[in-house]
Amino acid sequence: MKSKLLACPYIVWMILFTLIPLCIVFYYALTDSVTGQFTIANLASIGNYLPIFLRSIWLAMFSAVICLVIGYPVAYFIAQCKPTTQRFLEMLIMLPMCMSFLLRTLAWVAMLEDTGIINNLIRAIGLKPLPLIRTNGAVILGMVYNYLPYMILPLYSVIMKIDPRLIEAARDLGCTPRLVFSKVILPLSGPGILSGLTMVFVPAVSTFYISQKLGSPGTTLIGDVIESQFKTAYNPNLGAAMSLVLMVLIFICVAVMNRFGESDGEEVIAKV
Amino acid sequence: MKRVNLVITIPVFIFLYLPMLVLAVASFNTGLDVATFKSFTLSQYANLFRDQTLLRLLGNSVLIALLSSFIATVFGTLAAVGIFSMKGRMRRAVMTLTNIPMTNPDIVTGVALALLFAFTGTMLKINSILGFWTLLIAHITFNFPYVILNVMPKLQQMDPDLQEAALDLGCTPMQAFLKVVIHEIMPGIISGALMAFTMSLDDFVISYFVTGSSFITLPVEIYNYTKKPIQPKIYALFTLMFAVILILMVVMNLLQARSEKQPRLHNEKRRMQA
Amino acid sequence: MKKKLFCLLLVCVLAVSLMPAVTAADNEITVYNWGQYISDGNDGSLDVIAAFEEETGIKVNYLTFDSNESMYTKLKTGGTTYDVIIPSDYMIGKLIEENMLEPLNFDNIPNYQYIDESFRNQSYDPANTYSVPYTWGTVGLIYNSQHVSAADAASWNCLWNEKYSGKILMFDNPRDAFAIAESILGYSLNTENEDELRAAAELLTEQKSLVQSYVMDQIFDKMQRGEAWAAPYYAGDFLTMVEENPDLAFSFPEEGFNIFIDAMCIPKGCQNKEGAEAFINFLCRPDICAANLDYLGYSAPESAAKELMDPEVTSSPVAYPDDETLARTESFGALSTQATQLMNDLWLNVKTTGSNTTLYIVISVVAVLAIAAVFVLMNVRRRRKKARRCK
Repeated sequence: MKSKLLACPYIVWMILFTLIPLCIVFYYALTDSVTGQFTIANLASIGNYLPIFLRSIWLAMFSAVICLVIGYPVAYFIAQCKPTTQRFLEMLIMLPMCMSFLLRTLAWVAMLEDTGIINNLIRAIGLKPLPLIRTNGAVILGMVYNYLPYMILPLYSVIMKIDPRLIEAARDLGCTPRLVFSKVILPLSGPGILSGLTMVFVPAVSTFYISQKLGSPGTTLIGDVIESQFKTAYNPNLGAAMSLVLMVLIFICVAVMNRFGESDGEEVIAKV
Repeated sequence: MKRVNLVITIPVFIFLYLPMLVLAVASFNTGLDVATFKSFTLSQYANLFRDQTLLRLLGNSVLIALLSSFIATVFGTLAAVGIFSMKGRMRRAVMTLTNIPMTNPDIVTGVALALLFAFTGTMLKINSILGFWTLLIAHITFNFPYVILNVMPKLQQMDPDLQEAALDLGCTPMQAFLKVVIHEIMPGIISGALMAFTMSLDDFVISYFVTGSSFITLPVEIYNYTKKPIQPKIYALFTLMFAVILILMVVMNLLQARSEKQPRLHNEKRRMQA
Repeated sequence: MKKKLFCLLLVCVLAVSLMPAVTAADNEITVYNWGQYISDGNDGSLDVIAAFEEETGIKVNYLTFDSNESMYTKLKTGGTTYDVIIPSDYMIGKLIEENMLEPLNFDNIPNYQYIDESFRNQSYDPANTYSVPYTWGTVGLIYNSQHVSAADAASWNCLWNEKYSGKILMFDNPRDAFAIAESILGYSLNTENEDELRAAAELLTEQKSLVQSYVMDQIFDKMQRGEAWAAPYYAGDFLTMVEENPDLAFSFPEEGFNIFIDAMCIPKGCQNKEGAEAFINFLCRPDICAANLDYLGYSAPESAAKELMDPEVTSSPVAYPDDETLARTESFGALSTQATQLMNDLWLNVKTTGSNTTLYIVISVVAVLAIAAVFVLMNVRRRRKKARRCK
């Protein structure tokens, strides 16, 4: 069968533009920025940035979990609507994904600032303004806001595919609604939960715009540092080393999550 | 149970749309400050249409999104068919390759491509390698997985006998492929192409690392804008784009609702013929 | 089916043909300048770029950067070329040292004659072969007089004052930020001494918890709206800001401050050198220079232009400080590669050290252990289940 050959242009392309670039990242990570000679100094200095890596991972995980907690009921609600309403609501969830996330984040800045909309309201009531922006909370809010659709959509598509006869059967066999949920619906939406968590976690852990705008100087994330190495400090070698470590960390995190769900990565991502 | 979900769903939708509402209101504001509404004006829209650069950059974005999603859809669909006919280790290897840009954070993909282009630039002694072509290459690269991951499930759902039947009935393999296979997986192709298009249109992070001075897309310029005192015409652009996308989506929704009725008729016809 | 594909293709072709040409026009120059650093036609000012395009027929592709360092990174990373760049003095010295600039052909820049003698042959470009001054200016402290007292603002220590915690902005580039710390500590702004640089970095780290954010051009927005109260920035930009917010005031700190010249250069690899020189020549023309700097508020390196400018601007002590004030200034020189590298590393450390480092490590270790424990438990349970099933 010749149809295997159809994939050839694609495979060549992907090797050229995903595998080889990663090799170049590897090469840069292992060379010195000034002399261009082999060194492990870049990778060794990553230790200094350990707290930043950990902070990024924590904030991203926390936002992924919040997305799950508030995204699940929404997905469940949408899946239970009439087909026409479903489609409309799904569209409303997808719409923010098409709009510039930079400007939407900026809108949050305008709301949360010390002289922003919320604090102006608070002041109008006569209360003391709150420190809203430049906190870890604001960064998490920004992450949840930006990546919530990436959680809801896979959840929705999985919940929708659950065979209603299974739920009926469980009910007939005497399950309470709560048991139906915990024994039937929740386990069946496992792949959706996993892909949702991955889809939120990966962009959140590497973001630099959200933390630049909503965070404080004390909440620098790893994305900020990588960006600065490539855009202002001219040290692509250190930046490449950080990217490499970030990539490995993400693969570990995703692998651990998938291990918990006992399903392979291909299927999980394909569900999206 | 349903009421609890509704109680959560409504605030979530408000949460998702509130910032956009803020921007839309800001686009009608005479003052520069988003937080205080001075008075109503349409002058931001007039400014926007007078500003040739912003519109040109929007054109750039649309051009890149169209071209990259088109190329990715054509070759991605072919690739999906090819991958589908592979077995075992080979298939797993190719799927892993497909998943790399999906699980890799954007920033790493962007950085890796930027390094690749800079490297090739110095090798080939091309001074201004970053531009239209590098941007197009980057966008095609991250669009491929969306197409493939949308088409693959449709191929799996397809009845393999259909293609054989077409061949038995005298189709050439080419005809069988075009008339049967492509027809069956069309919904996957369309949703993949749409996803690729939107991802490419709104991509900032990867573009940010691979744009040079000669060709810039709108999101990258918006980032530059947010580093300066922001000009409210950008809110006007946002509001207009919001309106356009909303209309497009509603229209597509209606079309989809209509076309869903058609296949049912089609299937019945097919059954009757059989 | 084919029809659909055909339609798609048609749409693409149409899109391509409707779009303006993708490739650069024949006579085009790419200008890379600081953000907010050219008169752009707002508030009835002269649109300098449009005027240049109209007069010469050369199209300008105008791009901006927000610090010398990010411009340098962009040039150094390669992959893209510029025809005119406008960096500051020390960066020009560095670029000359690294052989990244093209010598100018002054025959094409006759308006160079208007540049004052005192701005020629500066130490960064001693023979004046690579650069033509654009503006000069000083760095001072901008503060909101409603919240910050003038007495506090007389010193750079104002930026370390706990009273203004969370309302302080700081430069987001190492050279300018270090200069402030070095002024306080009484060092030269051009020190390459490792201990002195480390001491400066320490001072900056101490300041970090008080800083609202490290910014460059966003400072306009934040100061004008009163989101922040005190920030070091360039004197010329203060004149722009005070028009929007009259509460703002400016001080030249007593410890001393930086004086800079920004100059126009042509980087190696430029595509249209003659066009670039025409642009430089145009900006040197006294009437253009005057209109441009009237809007910008930065100081003019040409006496001929100064005469044409708004007297309110030229008499401003902020834009043109007296000799007594100027005696406290020091200009930047190019630092050695090692010193720059050290400063960059220290700056990265300043920006990345967090307050509760150990907390994160402890929580993470606990979490990893917990995950491992759950893993083991799950495996044990699964094995038991299997064993039971086998029975």
